Amino acid sequence: MTWFSSPSDAADRLGATGYLTDAATATTTYLAGALEKPLLIEGPAGVGKTELAKAVARATGADLVRLQCYEGLDEARALYEWNYKKQLLRIQASQGSDATWDETHDDIFTDEFLLTRPLLTAIRREEPTVLLIDEVDKTDVEVEGLLLEVLSDFQVTIPEMGTVTAVRRPFVVLTSNATRELSEAVKRRCLYLHLEYPDAEREREIVVSQVPGLEEAVATQLVAMVARLRELELKKAPSIAESVDWARTLIALEISDLDDDAVNATLGVVLKHVSDQERAVKELRLDRAGR
Amino acid sequence: MPTPDPPDEARSGLLDRHIAFLEALRAAGLPVSLAEDLDAVAVLTALPWDDRAVVREGYAAAVVKRHAQRPTFDALFDLYFPPLVGNGADRLGADEAGPEDSEGGDADAAAGGPQDGDVPGARDNAEALRDFRERLEAAMTAGDEQQLARLAAEAVGRFGAMPGRGPGLSSWSAYTALQRVAPGEIVDRLVQGLLAEGRGDEEARRAAAQRVGGFTRRVEADARRRIGEEKGAEHVARTALRPSIDRLDFLQMRRTDLEQMRREIYPLARRLATRLTQEHHAQRRGPLDFRRTVRASVSTGGVPLTTHHKPKRPHRSELVVLCDVSGSVANFAQFTLLLVFALREQFTKVRAFTFIDHVHEVTHHFKPGADVVDVMADLAASASHAALWGRTNYGRAIEKFAEQHADAIGPRTSLLVLGDARSNYSDLALTTLAELAGQCRHAWWLNPEHRRHWDTGDSAASRYADVVPMVECRNLTQLSELVHDLL
Repeated sequence: MTWFSSPSDAADRLGATGYLTDAATATTTYLAGALEKPLLIEGPAGVGKTELAKAVARATGADLVRLQCYEGLDEARALYEWNYKKQLLRIQASQGSDATWDETHDDIFTDEFLLTRPLLTAIRREEPTVLLIDEVDKTDVEVEGLLLEVLSDFQVTIPEMGTVTAVRRPFVVLTSNATRELSEAVKRRCLYLHLEYPDAEREREIVVSQVPGLEEAVATQLVAMVARLRELELKKAPSIAESVDWARTLIALEISDLDDDAVNATLGVVLKHVSDQERAVKELRLDRAGR
Repeated sequence: MPTPDPPDEARSGLLDRHIAFLEALRAAGLPVSLAEDLDAVAVLTALPWDDRAVVREGYAAAVVKRHAQRPTFDALFDLYFPPLVGNGADRLGADEAGPEDSEGGDADAAAGGPQDGDVPGARDNAEALRDFRERLEAAMTAGDEQQLARLAAEAVGRFGAMPGRGPGLSSWSAYTALQRVAPGEIVDRLVQGLLAEGRGDEEARRAAAQRVGGFTRRVEADARRRIGEEKGAEHVARTALRPSIDRLDFLQMRRTDLEQMRREIYPLARRLATRLTQEHHAQRRGPLDFRRTVRASVSTGGVPLTTHHKPKRPHRSELVVLCDVSGSVANFAQFTLLLVFALREQFTKVRAFTFIDHVHEVTHHFKPGADVVDVMADLAASASHAALWGRTNYGRAIEKFAEQHADAIGPRTSLLVLGDARSNYSDLALTTLAELAGQCRHAWWLNPEHRRHWDTGDSAASRYADVVPMVECRNLTQLSELVHDLL
């Protein structure tokens, strides 16, 4: 199957599921599908990297298989594992019967005793699949080696069984916060997309579509304020998720005008460092005394 | 060669241009592999060609794998696949569906060579200037991107032309064009216009400055494009492109670069810290615990099947940074200090001193969670304490340091000296520095100058290098590598 027929088709269908794209995102997503290459998305936290993978799954009706990476992730958690207990039972069960050891030996390394983990699962699935490898930069460098075979040839080699090749290539999305430089080998196999904070217009659309009941005027104020906060030198700039949170907060507090007092009272929703809040108050000349 | 080259008219020129483009990217420091080259070709065949932005993004997805390299890519893309050819005004004005034409025109740009510069009506006089500025102001107030692009091209063509004596010698200058048009003077009226639209005062000012800045960049890009057309894109790519921020020399930074750089510092420190922790984890196994291994081997008949290791003692070093903050190297010193302090958790203790001809301790400026902007301001203010006479004097500074802050140096200390070793021909205090270096565990000297400038003029680089190992540290990449090795 083809995932998307053109960049604009990608933009439309992702938009229909509630994920609003810009030109770069739509083009790259289309290309990842058309060229059947993995897509590596980098960018600050909370700009919608993981969300894009979910949106692709929703828009194309594919199932999402997710591998969450963490420090200490190994082969057994990422690829496959043998079900030792079951294998042991099988061996014990065969002791009474007159089966030879060779037969038993061949018997215990079959599909029945294989526990598939996300990577192998995604490769073996026959239905359309989106494989999300989340926060790749959290893993150790060795795990990248594991990924290489999957990313370039869409196959996994199991010594006892042979090589399993994808019947149907999954749509692979890797996300990274760029806390660590990924190896050249991984990058070479992927298309690359850097997701940034959206421009004001697009962010307004996102906030309005995510938070029903938000007035246009407040949304405009909010997006302008968030854009200004991002221009300051902050430790943690507010993400899209935080803009949406802020909008929800305003609805909950029934604030219909985002003036200085309102900003002051709710600043904690978007800025999560004391020094960032102080900086914002100082730069934006908010009146702290009025608090 | 088994097959002769196809005749010239059979070649579209696109492939040649594509390869020249990739060559330029590689020359600019992007590691574009053959696999990515092929990907880019696949991308171009898979994409519709009617939108330049789409082609650009597709290309970028295939060949750019690091966000810091994106500005370099964009500048080169504009150079090799220019949005318009020659003066371009007629074409852009005549049909709005320009992009298709200009894409197709890429090959012509390469083959056709320079277009004649004297387009009818493109004359520079006071009246034309007044008229142009009015149109510019209107476009900026309205924020009309297309019109602004057109005006930028016009500004370069009309006011930035530098006619040459022979063919191929004429050139264009963004500087001249901007001097004539002086978009900075429009700012005030622009602000008035935006205020009338009902925007806040500060907001209007920021928006106005942004638009003028955007226009300036466009004019610069357009001048590059025209020069590229005349002299070949390769020429411009070689001479007129600034390197990406992490490869930009500390000593050649402009103000805008400084701001961008400051934003880079914390992410960079975070990346470094993560990498360090991971590497420390990887080598967590300490030396072999012989007794435990032998004892454990009893149960396996004396065969040491599993080895046991002593836990590794975390060793953390103290760091003393001594940096020259005289005008020429101030930027470099500030960034290095910021980076070192951002990595504070990796050391037991960090102390920092600044000097010009007198030493001044600045450790207290770096409070945990302090604000980067404040710290930079404090540092700049404290630079005055570091100078008594005002001329860099390494010898006196080192003597003073040994005299007043000798307690900072100990057997667990790493000493880091930052500076260009240009000491105005004064005494170098080599013996004192050697003593200091002898008392600490490691000593390094980071020099922000290119190695080929060492020992020129009043630089005493190699004489200091004999005492303390000296390394060249000119940009963020080198700096982060150094700090990583240091730990």
